[in-house]
Amino acid sequence: MLAKTLRSPKTVLFLSIVFCLTLVAVSTFASTAESVAPPPANQDVAWWVWPLVLFVVTFVLGILAVLGGVGGGVLFVPIVGGFFPFNIDFVRGAGLLVALAGALAAGPGLLKRNLASLRLALPVALIASAAAIGGAMIGLALKPNVVNILLGATILFIVIIMATAKKSDFPNVPKPDNIAQSLGIMGIYREESIGKDVEWTVHKTPQGLLLFIVIGIMAGMFGLGAGWANVPVLNLLMGAPLKISVATSKFLLSITDTSAAWVYLNQGAVLPMIVVPSIVGIMLGSMVGVKILAKAKPKAIKWMVIGLLLFAGLRALLKGLEIWK
Amino acid sequence: MANDKTKASEEQIVYANILNKGMWSGLALLIITFIIYISGALPSHVPIEELSKTPPGSDVPYWSMRAHDFNQAFNIPTGWGWTALAGKGDYLNFVGIAWLAGLTILCYSAIIPILLRKKETPYVLIAIAEIAVLVLAASGILKVGGH
Repeated sequence: MLAKTLRSPKTVLFLSIVFCLTLVAVSTFASTAESVAPPPANQDVAWWVWPLVLFVVTFVLGILAVLGGVGGGVLFVPIVGGFFPFNIDFVRGAGLLVALAGALAAGPGLLKRNLASLRLALPVALIASAAAIGGAMIGLALKPNVVNILLGATILFIVIIMATAKKSDFPNVPKPDNIAQSLGIMGIYREESIGKDVEWTVHKTPQGLLLFIVIGIMAGMFGLGAGWANVPVLNLLMGAPLKISVATSKFLLSITDTSAAWVYLNQGAVLPMIVVPSIVGIMLGSMVGVKILAKAKPKAIKWMVIGLLLFAGLRALLKGLEIWK
Repeated sequence: MANDKTKASEEQIVYANILNKGMWSGLALLIITFIIYISGALPSHVPIEELSKTPPGSDVPYWSMRAHDFNQAFNIPTGWGWTALAGKGDYLNFVGIAWLAGLTILCYSAIIPILLRKKETPYVLIAIAEIAVLVLAASGILKVGGH
């Protein structure tokens, strides 16, 4: 039923607008609840309202993330940070744990099917996770409005990448570079769609590793999962096949986000009241999303996700600039 | 038909198995401790109904405060100081969170003997360096300033 509904681009557009308007209403309610002056303690919003709304919204985000082919974290942080009353410190801490939980859940299956490659992931993860610690420390030291401005700009950049980046199923790698050769970064996997075993290796590893420093910093700073950046670097720059890139990227998040998550945890930037409903909501939503995926029109959903990110990115930017508080 | 070369390596399988068991046990722990927290079965360090309240002298509720200010308001220790509060409903949740965040260290530790046996020296060094990075992050030694 839901899958049938999601086949029509007009319906998808309508649902996107409804979802955006709901977020605006949520945000307006949040700012109204905060701006009642003077706010006597017993007139504040009941504690269970926001976690419940959070659970519902993250459930929807979980569905959209699977259908739109993005990680939960990249939707979670700008949307929850922009439209809920929680401080961006706690939202980023929760965002990392949401992305981490998703990666931990997907990791075992991807590793066992030999789609996520330890040989590719280990060197990259070392660079990205070390950089993510630095990113987390920078992020927690910056003022919230600066974080929001940078976050908004990053999300708008992600929108451009999602809307324009090409993907290559089997990139041509004429010769592995020296690092790839000495570390033996290569493998073979069964590509069921063409019924063949595909051999792969990578090149331009030094350039890739340099970019993973930037990716790690951004992941830690904003609490975003970094699949949106991992996949283009692994696939388009380093030349790993698309399936290997997507699977290794997902697995990579379980390592990159771990290091940043520890920094947030140690700095007390983790609130169970935000984290647990979000993780459970996103995971349940992802399970429903996987079921819908087979029947829904991915292109229409992809544009819906891009539209949502555009909206959330603008919101973060305007919030940071104190134009839309 | 898929041949042996397409199969995952021994270290990949070991890593995956630990991750799988660890993830599900961590998730179960997280849900159980959260139920204990919201049911009030254990008293919380920060009373649950306080989170959405606006303290006197502030214009935002507690959960809208920066982490640093929130910790100061409730005298919450940073680093591993939360373990002293693990008997409280809210900080009991940190056990599951820390378990999930610590899983990767466990997985890396488990594959090092396999990599050593296979004489994969560069990967042994990478795995040891990764454990060092994660232990450093988890240690609480790294402090964030700027508030």
